[in-house]
Amino acid sequence: MLFRLILKNVFRHRLRTALTLLGVTIAVLAFGLLQTVVGAWYAGAEATSRTRLVTRNAISLVFPLPLSYQQKIRAIPGVTQVSHSNWFGGIYGSERNFFPQFAVEAESYFRLYPEFRLSGEEMQAFLRDRQGAVVGRKLAQRFGWKMGDIVTLRGTIWPGTWRFVIRGIYRGAEATTDEGLFFFHWDYLNEVAKRQYPRRANTVGVFIVGISDAGRAAALSSAVDELFRNSLAETRTETEKAFQLSFVSMTEAILLAIQVVSYVVILIILAVMANTMAMTARERLAEYATLKALGFGPDFVRLLVYGESLAIATLGGALGIALTFPAAYAFGGQLASLFPVFRIQPATLWLQAAAAIAVGVAAAAVPAEKGARVNIVAGLRSIA
Amino acid sequence: MSLTGVPFPYVARNLVTRRMTTLLTAGGMALVVFVFATVLMLSEGLRAALVQSGAPDNAVVIRRGAQTEVQSGIERAQAAIIESQPEVAFDAAGRRLVSKEVVVLISLRKRESGGPANVTIRGVGPQGLALRPQVRLTAGRMFRPGASEIIAGSSVARRFQGAGINETVRFGQREWRVVGIFEAGGSAFDSEIWGDGEQLMQAFRRPVYSSVVVKLADPTRFAAFRTRLETDPRLTVESKPETRFYADQSEVLARFIEILGLALAVIFSLGATIGAMITMYAAVANRITEIGTLRALGFTRRHVLIAFLAESLLLALSGGVVGVVAAAFMQFFTLSTMNWQTFSEVAFGFRLTPGIVLASLGFAALMGVVGGFLPALRAARLSIVAALRAA
Repeated sequence: MLFRLILKNVFRHRLRTALTLLGVTIAVLAFGLLQTVVGAWYAGAEATSRTRLVTRNAISLVFPLPLSYQQKIRAIPGVTQVSHSNWFGGIYGSERNFFPQFAVEAESYFRLYPEFRLSGEEMQAFLRDRQGAVVGRKLAQRFGWKMGDIVTLRGTIWPGTWRFVIRGIYRGAEATTDEGLFFFHWDYLNEVAKRQYPRRANTVGVFIVGISDAGRAAALSSAVDELFRNSLAETRTETEKAFQLSFVSMTEAILLAIQVVSYVVILIILAVMANTMAMTARERLAEYATLKALGFGPDFVRLLVYGESLAIATLGGALGIALTFPAAYAFGGQLASLFPVFRIQPATLWLQAAAAIAVGVAAAAVPAEKGARVNIVAGLRSIA
Repeated sequence: MSLTGVPFPYVARNLVTRRMTTLLTAGGMALVVFVFATVLMLSEGLRAALVQSGAPDNAVVIRRGAQTEVQSGIERAQAAIIESQPEVAFDAAGRRLVSKEVVVLISLRKRESGGPANVTIRGVGPQGLALRPQVRLTAGRMFRPGASEIIAGSSVARRFQGAGINETVRFGQREWRVVGIFEAGGSAFDSEIWGDGEQLMQAFRRPVYSSVVVKLADPTRFAAFRTRLETDPRLTVESKPETRFYADQSEVLARFIEILGLALAVIFSLGATIGAMITMYAAVANRITEIGTLRALGFTRRHVLIAFLAESLLLALSGGVVGVVAAAFMQFFTLSTMNWQTFSEVAFGFRLTPGIVLASLGFAALMGVVGGFLPALRAARLSIVAALRAA
């Protein structure tokens, strides 16, 4: 009885219901996309390992560290292996094609990052070729690169034209692994640097320190920093996650804005939805009075209003959630350079559903009370 | 009562009569317009911060291929050649208006969160201040050449630990005392720390400059200046007018804000337009008899159409005004974020211009018209007889 009434009510004002539904769908979709953007921001930090530390120059990342530190760090008990990398910052064609490039100490680096999966032959081919490069699967797709292709980068930090041969295309072990990176041999960079920029030879951007016990990360971090205190290049060591989060925190103002905006979307749709329910209830006051005159209690009227509101909200929410997948796919493709990992998290789907239901309930609250409290005599008089 | 149109008070009273619905719809509109205006204010603020950083008659010279000052390096001998170009202006005392600068990023902790952020340290030459007339000291004094002293931009001083006046910052194995605070009119320099170029080069063991900034005696001769520098075989540099240089530095961030803002405006306006449409359809449905009466009184279909459109427009504009007024308060806040291209913090404000006010109200009006058009059309199409019979 109740359900049939609700269903009938939902479809009484077809146009109004359709518009409201559309509104809820758009809001839930927008909310999901914005949350996914926020999630993509944190993707780098999520994909970190607890047994990797990053050591950089204490002044800031733009200052290098001497290569000689590597031996000293490796000698610390609890450190299993040490690798190093330099940010290259080259341009492929135009600035628009931005992707991160790192000069790495090949063997130790890929041992430290087992999530970058490379076949044995590819690894061998890369190690044999001084100018070889390894790229992520998504990056290769983006530019249509194949094995053996030659990629030319224009250096901005190390001026000049740099030629690389693609010797490997890695796949990520997890869905969250960044498949948009470009790696080449640190030795190659260093050789050129020795010739052309001798002042900058034998320096590295960061050391990646593998440790055996994640529980000792803090102790080992301070052990590394203690080693180089009061030296020409003091270090700051932190877990890989903290290192990645420090990048995120620099843009946290934008993140905050996106977060706020995603909730404002919900508020706007709440206003739209509440408006619809208020109008609906106002139009049906006489009906509610009739129902009450027939002996239905105020709770029945409440349920009627809540039911209608929830039906529209959940239907709109479900549509919005369903549309989030193709929208995120299209959106992620457009922003591949900015967000290498653009994935809808399960939590986002739950939040979307919760938001839709919350809007449905909140929008019905005032009209339901109004309907429930309608005075039978006054309500019926308005018909006459 | 004139028969040329439905009297305006009738239109306005309709909105007042159904207070709750009007409030909710206008509230939704207000939120949309608020967000729309805020985004515009943000990109305007960013633009202002970066354009004001540059003076139109200054030129920045950096190493060819380097996109930012931090990546750049210019040898002392090269800097001397740049300094001696004939286009460079002289000051009253006959010195060339040139500042050979060294720019490095250091990581400082924020006062509020304790989180690290990159701050630009600029080592300027003796003429550094003369080249930037918008920079003036608001507290303390200028750093002394040769001393471990720095001056901090007002926004850095406020936001970072150790950057306030008489506080100290430690880097390059030294303590640097902040002896002055400067104000740069909301430009990117407000997010920088300045010190003596030669001292900073020693501290960071850097033998090269990052950039050379020159004031041109005649800015129209910039092209000649650039061509000569870029064809000189002793140099590997490129140059840009300073205004251009700063605009280019923030291109990515500006574009990101624009795209995000545009996407939000589209999504939001859909929601709000739907809200207006629902409200107006309901208004039409509730007043069928009234419409019939109006028509019977001699108002034409066109009059009815205009009356309902006007009602929708009024609804949207009242929301729009509330939204803009709320957005105006955002001017009290500043936002700081990392500029991806320079990797350093830049702080900028929300800036409300008459153009933005107009654009926001126009946007609200558009939502009102789009949302109100179909319902108004329905009202106008009602036949007199059918409408009156509905009673």
